[in-house]
Amino acid sequence: MPERDAPLADEQPHPGAHPFMPSSLPDAKAAMLASIGAPSLDALFEQIPADHRCTRPLVLPDAITSEAELRAHLLELLSKNISCEENLSFLGGGCWRHYVPAVCDEIVGRSEFLTSVWGTSSSDHGRNQAWFEFCSQLGELLGLEMVGLPVYSWGCAAGHALRMASRMTQRRRVLVPRSICPERLSIIRNYCGLPQMSDPICVELVDFERHSGLLSVPDLKTRLGGGDPVAAVYVETPSFFGRIEPGMSAIAQAVHDAGAEFIVGVDPVSLGVLAAPAEYGADIVVGSTQPLGIHMHGGGGLGGFIASRDEPRYAHEYPTLMLSIAETTVPGEIGFGMSLMHQSSYGSRDKGKDWTGNSTYLWAIASAVYMSMLGPTGFQELGNSILQRSHYAAKRLAEIEGIHVPYASGFFKELLVNVDETGRTITDLNRALLRARIFGGQDLSEAFPDLGQSALYCITELHTRADIDRLVAAIREWIRA
Amino acid sequence: MTLRRYHGATWDEPLVMQLGAPGRRALRFAPVEREIHNAIGSAINLIPAGARRRSRLVLPELSEPEVLRHYLHLSQQTLGMMGISLFGTCTMKYNSRMCEAVTSRPQSAETHPAQPEETLQGSLEILRRFDLILRALSGMDQFVFQAAGGADAAWVFVCLARAFFGTRGQLAERKEIITSIQAHPCNPATAATAGFNVITLPLEANGYPSTDALRAAVSQQTAALMINNPDDMGVYNPNIKDWIRIVHEAGGLCFYDHANFNGVMGKVRARELGFDACMFMLHKTFGAPKGGGGPAVGAFGCTAELAPFLPAPSVAFDGRSYRLQSTGASLGKVREYLGNIPQIIKAYAWARAMGAAGITEASDLSVLINNYMEKKLLEIRGVTRSHPNLRGWRMEMTRYSLGQLYEDTGVSAADVQQRMVDFGIDAYWMAHEPWHFPQPFTPEAGEMWSKEDVDYWIAVLRRISEEAYSNPEIVKSAPHCQPIHRVRTEGLDDPERWATTWRAYLRKHGQ
Repeated sequence: MPERDAPLADEQPHPGAHPFMPSSLPDAKAAMLASIGAPSLDALFEQIPADHRCTRPLVLPDAITSEAELRAHLLELLSKNISCEENLSFLGGGCWRHYVPAVCDEIVGRSEFLTSVWGTSSSDHGRNQAWFEFCSQLGELLGLEMVGLPVYSWGCAAGHALRMASRMTQRRRVLVPRSICPERLSIIRNYCGLPQMSDPICVELVDFERHSGLLSVPDLKTRLGGGDPVAAVYVETPSFFGRIEPGMSAIAQAVHDAGAEFIVGVDPVSLGVLAAPAEYGADIVVGSTQPLGIHMHGGGGLGGFIASRDEPRYAHEYPTLMLSIAETTVPGEIGFGMSLMHQSSYGSRDKGKDWTGNSTYLWAIASAVYMSMLGPTGFQELGNSILQRSHYAAKRLAEIEGIHVPYASGFFKELLVNVDETGRTITDLNRALLRARIFGGQDLSEAFPDLGQSALYCITELHTRADIDRLVAAIREWIRA
Repeated sequence: MTLRRYHGATWDEPLVMQLGAPGRRALRFAPVEREIHNAIGSAINLIPAGARRRSRLVLPELSEPEVLRHYLHLSQQTLGMMGISLFGTCTMKYNSRMCEAVTSRPQSAETHPAQPEETLQGSLEILRRFDLILRALSGMDQFVFQAAGGADAAWVFVCLARAFFGTRGQLAERKEIITSIQAHPCNPATAATAGFNVITLPLEANGYPSTDALRAAVSQQTAALMINNPDDMGVYNPNIKDWIRIVHEAGGLCFYDHANFNGVMGKVRARELGFDACMFMLHKTFGAPKGGGGPAVGAFGCTAELAPFLPAPSVAFDGRSYRLQSTGASLGKVREYLGNIPQIIKAYAWARAMGAAGITEASDLSVLINNYMEKKLLEIRGVTRSHPNLRGWRMEMTRYSLGQLYEDTGVSAADVQQRMVDFGIDAYWMAHEPWHFPQPFTPEAGEMWSKEDVDYWIAVLRRISEEAYSNPEIVKSAPHCQPIHRVRTEGLDDPERWATTWRAYLRKHGQ
């Protein structure tokens, strides 16, 4: 190394430009100002009247200038979280812990996908193809030919689907299960509007049978038979309580007899073993993309989809962007382009179908990768594993004195656990489980008071027999205490 | 300037549905333990007979390396920000890869939103800290992050307006929302979805609607004004304080769509201008990645008066710990749970990496480099800018027109966009509908692109202008250096030809 004058220990070199801002150097700014003939930076803001300018200086926490320090700061904050890798978790209810293959993470972490914004159909062809493969594989699971690009979440997808049906039928009354996730219901209510506003949609709840947790078909039929004509009936299978509806074809028949659209909410990972919704008469299908290769991310992994039969009356009501396969100027070459762009809010502003915007498009790529990794055998194996493990949990839990599993068979992934006989609360149980480093099931006692002290337990392919046995032992311990 | 040789990776990659062979697989699951099997029996019997899948799934069957390679090829056939991307209105920024690494760790990725609050203190603290940063930037009293995009934050606002006027018993009369034709389409679109009647003000000679036009539109029926400022032509409406006063005097609310915040960061505060609510796009202005269109966050902030109506829950801090709270007046939910937490962490990290001085400097640089760019672009044959009558500096964006080029050569703004990608330049943004100027384009350089990057971008456009005047065919038939040629759009709206899935394609195209 050549000798040079060493700087004194307390002498800092000029820090140079900010790592994110190549032109944050006095010389660079001066050169650009000179080249445009502006006297100062401030002069460039001449459009903003003086009395619009900030009345007090911007005060923020000190900048953290090194990446290492910033990383350490973030890790210190995040270390105050306890993850579902550290604790054994039985939380689900709309955000689920499934295995995310490393290839999914590798692909969505690729800078090309991570940073793409819009592009052209040629220069972002690869991303468009990945989106098309998302729609195509999801369409296979659902048995449907039309799939829109993703929306924000399952609840948002259900909200849009109900609005689609209302526009299609020109009717303003929709039926939704009372056993729905309260978060989804709240979202749906916002989408459907308020009675005092223009074009509100009346959301009416269809009861569930207490003894089975299933949709009450008599109540559905009563509601279909009376009152204003129904635009759509929305049913979920598996339901929020995990129940697999056994009579979807009959429900579809009743819905169609009333001239209504049949909207079905599904968990896509169930479709390796459960019937494709198209097979039993679903018109529009919605659900979450999160279980398809996306981490929970504290709820940041959510995404939703809308699918239907490929008929113009459905197609013309989609609010989403629609990516279609297309020809290019070279015969035999395949590309992708946006269909029906004019009906989106980008094309028609307030005359468009609801609205669209940035959504969860990167996650669609994760889901495309996931579905292609599983294939038909993987989906079947996954579904079987979840069925067996969750039913094993139900069996073992029901053996505990004081614990009641009201719907002990015919469910997928999620089940209700009731502790009324103990005279104690789910809050109390969950506190005890937390001490044993277990996240107990989601407390439903507030949202569904008539279910008593019940919690929703989620068991996926990641729960081993030992995990379930550990839960059972911890609950026994709580009961003894 | 010598332009680089560039060619996009071309793999002629088949669709994943066309790859693989029966029996292959890329992922196996842990076998169900014998004890479970013995206790439960086979899975098929656990499903009610009528609910079982009968048809065989037709999904690709590939090995793990085949899947990996396929999607790597697709990523390579995606330009993204591998070249230079000056996509106006989207404020392309550097996305810290350190943040990607941190948010992929289990303490972020493997958390469930319904965990007990005491086990989510890290996430909640970041939400709270970032809320305080946005308060300092905007003057608002509280932020929430539930909205999963900028448009969803506009949706929060219209739902909040319904809740606000609903509690006052004024919903029946407050049915109008006023916006401008230059406001982002999500504003009128969400307002209409919420059941409001939309009044759209046209632009006048100065590049924004006149105050008289606003006055004529405002009445006792006005629920709200939803507006961007500056707009995406780089024009700042200097009358905005008067506008807000006029709307407030009529009893309406004012929402600031801060999509174009980059030009005014540290310069104006939404609250000081008089706005009641505003939103920031964390996937744009605050350095979280675009991801091709999300996951995104529209951070929504408002005054203390409106805060009780915010989506539930919000994060509260009692001096010791963070907890979630909701109010009875809350509008409820616009999306499940708390928001896209990883994007919020990235945005918080961006704000900390920048600091107050850095954020202010970023807006200086954005406006400086845009005006630098404007001077050079206007020297290119066939390029003009919107509102040529307006003198003076634009903000962080300028709306240009290739109307002259099109008239002279028949080469359109879309043709130029398709040709620019041949040089590794990601597509520019043209303009939202309706176009006020023929053949528009809207680059936005922001603070992350160097002068050399911007000079290169300009040199490419100059070269294409020369091509348009000398050999227009090369532009009209572009691209020439991408994995596929130009897509034909004729069949896209034809029900007999469109296909959003492979199964639809096979049926319609008989293969």
